Amino acid sequence: MQVYRTSAGLSTLRPSRLTLRMSEISNLAADATSRIFRALGDPQTLNSARGDAWREPLWRALEEAGLTRAWVPEALGGAGASLADGFELLRVAAGFAVAVPLAETLLAGWLLAQGGLEVPEGALAPAPARAGEQLALDREGRVSGRARAVPFARDGAHVALLARREGQMVVALVARAQCALEPGVSQAGEPRDTLIFDDVPALAAAGAPPGLDEARLLAMGAAARAAQMSGALEAVLERTAAYAAERVAFGRPIAKFQAIQHGLARLACETAAALAAASSAADALDGGALDADSDLLEVASAKIRAGEAAGAGAAIAHQVHGAIGFSAEHVLHRYTQRLWAWRDDFGAEAEWAARLGRMLAARGAGALWPLLASR
Amino acid sequence: MTTPIRFDPIRLPPALQALRAEVRAFLQAEIAAGTFDPGAAGTARGYNPEFSRKVGARGWIGMAWPKKYGGGEKSYLERYVVTEEMSAASAPVRAHFVADRQSGPILLKYASERIKADVLPRITRGECCFCIGMSEPGSGSDLFAARTRAVSSDAGWRVNGAKIWTTEAHHADYMIGLFRTSPPAKDDRRHGLTQFLVDMKWPGIKVNPIVDMSGRHDFNEVVFDDVVVPDEYRLGEIDLAWRQATSELAYERSGPERFLETAYVLFDLMRVLGAEPDLRGAEGLGRLAAQLHVLRRMSVSVAGMLEQGKEPVLEASIVKDLGTVWEQALPARARDLAAFAEKDPLFEARLAYATDIAPKLTIQGGTSEVLRGIIARGLGLR
Repeated sequence: MQVYRTSAGLSTLRPSRLTLRMSEISNLAADATSRIFRALGDPQTLNSARGDAWREPLWRALEEAGLTRAWVPEALGGAGASLADGFELLRVAAGFAVAVPLAETLLAGWLLAQGGLEVPEGALAPAPARAGEQLALDREGRVSGRARAVPFARDGAHVALLARREGQMVVALVARAQCALEPGVSQAGEPRDTLIFDDVPALAAAGAPPGLDEARLLAMGAAARAAQMSGALEAVLERTAAYAAERVAFGRPIAKFQAIQHGLARLACETAAALAAASSAADALDGGALDADSDLLEVASAKIRAGEAAGAGAAIAHQVHGAIGFSAEHVLHRYTQRLWAWRDDFGAEAEWAARLGRMLAARGAGALWPLLASR
Repeated sequence: MTTPIRFDPIRLPPALQALRAEVRAFLQAEIAAGTFDPGAAGTARGYNPEFSRKVGARGWIGMAWPKKYGGGEKSYLERYVVTEEMSAASAPVRAHFVADRQSGPILLKYASERIKADVLPRITRGECCFCIGMSEPGSGSDLFAARTRAVSSDAGWRVNGAKIWTTEAHHADYMIGLFRTSPPAKDDRRHGLTQFLVDMKWPGIKVNPIVDMSGRHDFNEVVFDDVVVPDEYRLGEIDLAWRQATSELAYERSGPERFLETAYVLFDLMRVLGAEPDLRGAEGLGRLAAQLHVLRRMSVSVAGMLEQGKEPVLEASIVKDLGTVWEQALPARARDLAAFAEKDPLFEARLAYATDIAPKLTIQGGTSEVLRGIIARGLGLR
């Protein structure tokens, strides 16, 4: 197996040292991600595997390449990749539809780094992950509250969280074993656990920088899921087009039937929309310092449109695949179940749409076009 | 993954915001002066030569063309800003828009120096209206079935036949027409068609009006009875028109006018829903805005790729399919979202008009079915 970097991470690829353009760095991180997953996380192999012996070597390879700590600055031992590069590697990784907490660990690492906290080894989960939820930190440094649907909470030894201490936002790290955990699963069978913090002592805590609150964490999670949905849709499009070209019915490949061609064209349109939506949010967040309304427009649009594309795209892919795509042995469901599940994480389409709609209505009819055109 | 779809992450440069402000101020002044009403069937998006001359005087027609032909040598992204502001405001651009978007660029590429020097400056001044002669009775989406013939003679090409659904032919100074100069080749039915510039004042051309279901007279039948077209007016190689259209098609399909034609209904819906809509209204509005934002992102991306000299033909077809399906569905969705709001006669009148024109949106300039065929080809399926 060949990884593209050793445990030093992505740091030697930063522009200051190699004067690479952003896109080239993205390509390197994306290539490394793609290479590792192809070697150790092939969806077809994993789909027929019994047990999860595949997980440890795959995760180790991702860690050794520095990819799990992409959003942790070099000073804190991470790769120091840009937000855009991180979203890009999540898009690529999602093309393999593998149950590893890569997005979650990236998000948690980002959160801890926002507070300047050390980022522990291993898988991490971020909390809270649902709109409207808040955790509290008392003067003695104990966390209380409840966070539902925390993705992959049970997998890591630590949870990175955002809590309120006397009205101030605080970034904190806790040991997962100290929390009560009610297991839950997503549509794809991945962990979505409820974490109950009953005076759980924080291992570390630090004030959050201005602008970081639960909504911001939710936005980062939503943009990550949009990137993942766009990557999964790309893979679904590629696999569905390939299947249509090889599957023969009525004496010819079904790709030759206009009805199938038009279905695939619509799948391509939905995939393109998801890609555009996700990349818009990614580069908006990457640019930083947007006003709150532009920020909401970008992130909400990404989650809404990628989520809609996920639903519509998955339906077309299943229709083209016919019965075989509905079987457990076929790999398609690994993608479609994740697409369905990711719609719900960090705010579903309807939640984001209501939030976006309220903001736009408050600004007034004459302000919609100027806001859209400013992006 | 190896899907061939590529939407480069491109945003319009912030420096263009000054131009945008200028266009917006111009449009607001025109609305205030009563030149057009963005929501009214009569004046919005219509033919208004006086308005077009004002736009031309501002330097907003043929912006990217060479200065020696009256152009501004600006980028296509600047043109994009002007086009999207005009589209969002439902400005009456019919007298110049086709020439600005596609006829002018074709002339720049294929017309003689004399014609370029004569026609292009008039286009940029907003004095020259173009129509497109593609569809015929019996050949619409199936462009290569065109039968209107141009036969070479001593006087020039003699054209006989008819074009149909020709928007603004009754106002147009020129048509760029696609005529059959040879029979289709056995192994290539695209062969045998040639593009010509046609002066609509030439003898033998008759324009017959066709009223559409909304009561408007936008399109026409154009009959050619032994019309003589000098060879100088031929655009490009004989019989090989099919080779000529790639980047022009991308411009034609991916612009903001491909998803903003009914946008005034969305803006008016917001007025009807008010500053504090109920949950259903807010959620519906949020979805529409998100979808519009993403369409615009895709359209800007294609504009940026074209500016960089790429030919994103597949991506442009995707923008037109998604964009026109969206703007077509918009009136019905707005109607639904306004159902529990207080009845508003102005909104209902605007909605009625948008509902009436919606069917054409996925037909004009390439039907959804044709576009999906192109996308399928781009995916390697045909």
